[in-house]
Amino acid sequence: MKIRAQIGMVLNLDKCIGCHTCSVTCKNVWTSRDGVEYAWFNNVETKPGVGYPKEWENQDKWKGGWVRRSDGKLEPRQGSRLKILSNIFANPNLPSIDEYYEPFTYDYEHLQNAPEMITPPTARPVSVVTGKKMDKIEWGPNWEDDLGGEFSKRSKDALFEGIQKEMYSAFENTFMMYLPRLCEHCLNPACVASCPSGSIYKREDDGIVLIDQDKCRGWRMCVSGCPYKKIYYNWTTGKAEKCIFCYPRIEAGQPTVCSETCVGRIRYLGVLLYDADKIEAAASVEDPKSLYEAQLGVFLDPNAPEIIAEAKKQGIPDAWLTAAQKSPVYKMAMEWKVAFPLHPEYRTLPMVWYIPPLSPIQSALENGLIGENGIIPDVKDLRIPIRYLANLLTAGKEEPVVKALETMVAMRRYMRKKSVEKVSDAATLKGTHLKPLQVEEMYRVMAIANYEDRFVIPTTHKEMVENTFDDKASCGFSFGNGCSSGATDHSLFGKKKATPIVFHDLRRDRKANAGQ
Amino acid sequence: MKSLHDFLFGLYPYIALSVFFIGSLIRFDREQYSWKSDSSQILRKSQLRLGSMLFHLGVLVVFFGHLIGFLMPEPIVLALMSERAHELLAMVGGGVAGVFSIIGLSILIYRRVSDPRILSNSRTADMVVLVIIWLQLALGLLTVVYSSSHVPGYDFGALIAYVQGIVIFRADNAALILSVPWVYKAHIFLGLTVFLIFPFTRLVHIWSGFAAIFYLSRPYQLMRTHRKLASNRRIS
Repeated sequence: MKIRAQIGMVLNLDKCIGCHTCSVTCKNVWTSRDGVEYAWFNNVETKPGVGYPKEWENQDKWKGGWVRRSDGKLEPRQGSRLKILSNIFANPNLPSIDEYYEPFTYDYEHLQNAPEMITPPTARPVSVVTGKKMDKIEWGPNWEDDLGGEFSKRSKDALFEGIQKEMYSAFENTFMMYLPRLCEHCLNPACVASCPSGSIYKREDDGIVLIDQDKCRGWRMCVSGCPYKKIYYNWTTGKAEKCIFCYPRIEAGQPTVCSETCVGRIRYLGVLLYDADKIEAAASVEDPKSLYEAQLGVFLDPNAPEIIAEAKKQGIPDAWLTAAQKSPVYKMAMEWKVAFPLHPEYRTLPMVWYIPPLSPIQSALENGLIGENGIIPDVKDLRIPIRYLANLLTAGKEEPVVKALETMVAMRRYMRKKSVEKVSDAATLKGTHLKPLQVEEMYRVMAIANYEDRFVIPTTHKEMVENTFDDKASCGFSFGNGCSSGATDHSLFGKKKATPIVFHDLRRDRKANAGQ
Repeated sequence: MKSLHDFLFGLYPYIALSVFFIGSLIRFDREQYSWKSDSSQILRKSQLRLGSMLFHLGVLVVFFGHLIGFLMPEPIVLALMSERAHELLAMVGGGVAGVFSIIGLSILIYRRVSDPRILSNSRTADMVVLVIIWLQLALGLLTVVYSSSHVPGYDFGALIAYVQGIVIFRADNAALILSVPWVYKAHIFLGLTVFLIFPFTRLVHIWSGFAAIFYLSRPYQLMRTHRKLASNRRIS
């Protein structure tokens, strides 16, 4: 047994209101730079929809993730090592920037500088790639927000597999959910496996997957290898970039920016212990529908004395074990079984999990579909088809999703009775695996969701590996090459690429200001 | 004239190759972040696959053809084939690969110049590299034409001896090719210039391209840890 610890995340989709605060704060912190203005380490999609980049879930098209070969071994879907190397001159599976969107800003200056005109001046869109005016913005990172656009386009959504699309198109106004997405920091990452330079790695200490910016050579195989399309090619620096799980914050015991700023309190961070020796077997299970259960089998019980003893022996700090015992992620994924991995059929064993939404009750009263306890109806009456959620979270297997939703309904029934009628009625939990004490804890963590219940993050013991005195007066976050920004304006070995006119003006202004 | 010839073909090769090796080393050591293939594929997908495949595969054949064809010691070559066969192989193999390569490169240049997205994100160095390599391929193909028509002054053996002379530091090496036609001289000079500019351009990705061969024997998953460092430190 090789015990490792990872900080995992759970997103409670039942509470996501699609406000994009996570995306915006993430962008402000990490990707407000040249070359990654089109990249959103965190984005929120409205489902049903094709998503960002377009149709990312369609692996017949993009060839992301893993496939199980006939001999039972795993191989990246985009090909064996030899095939990946043979595509090094031109990656056939790389999405072009139009699949994300052409990054743009607006010609705001024109509003101030325009000469006297008959019509009021407008701020036309300007492409950040070319610096030229754009006639029309054709697509954006959030084009389908709240079901924007026509259904025929959105219906390309891969999650409609096994569902009669036409039927749901008629009800499209009543069926919608939000899906915030970020890097999954997988246990079996396909991006790491696809990198010819070996620049991507997983940190053994906390499971965060990072790209070594110095070692990346821009071969772009990770972009196509990742089935979630969460690695982005920076077209200015020529290097790949991805969500870094805000590791400087995590190391200090703070939640990621997206989690910290979530107004709906839908995000949870906590430690999961897993057995690294079981990863390969769990990811190579033959039936995709068993992958969810197989992944659960990789996690270890942090309360079991023999696991604790073995983990200590293998050097996992005590603080991490205590955190693992209090981990909201472990509770939701393993104990209550309400959280699920995103697309387990990609065989990446993702570590950002999702609680399916209990969609609003569909005209329950008028159809007489009132459930057994008078107020909260049966799971089957919910708006979002179970199959749709199962395609997202369990490779199409419906039972675990139904059970999770029933668990959440039972919690509501129990707590309603408790707070309205002041009775703790264990009978309301019939048919679920829950006990009254468990339900109250569930309620505390999932419904009340206090800060300290949502985020249980042990600090990294960096003092044991680094001499912080050496860091005195050195730079903080940088993109390699010591303290330089990495893209030096002038260097013996090349000049920074010319940035578009839009930003040239900005830069000149700053310089002029500095001179005054 | 003689002294210019001596400089260009006696000394210049050592200047170019020194800059090539030492420059590559310094850049690899000091400027890792700038070391990349600098792909523009994301900005425009069309034409890249055809152009890039033709160019890269062609130019790899040309490169290894030169490397093996010129540097393989004479006795080994003669044990394998006659000098005439060696010459024919060089002309046909190099000619075909060169044609593929120059077609590919022409597509790539057209792509870079015609697309405003790529053009506005191209450095001067990117354009210089493309043009120099295109000229070098054209000169190379021209030498095939010259060689096949056996122009006066052409001597296949002397060219081979000259290239080998660079590697074995032969004194007065330049004299060997004093009388070969200008095409060969221009091709040699431009070829050496490619080595000279190599460390200052995106050409450095060639090193990494060859290093990518290690990917074939690497395990799929890579881990890094702080903890091992910690335990080592405690022991020491």
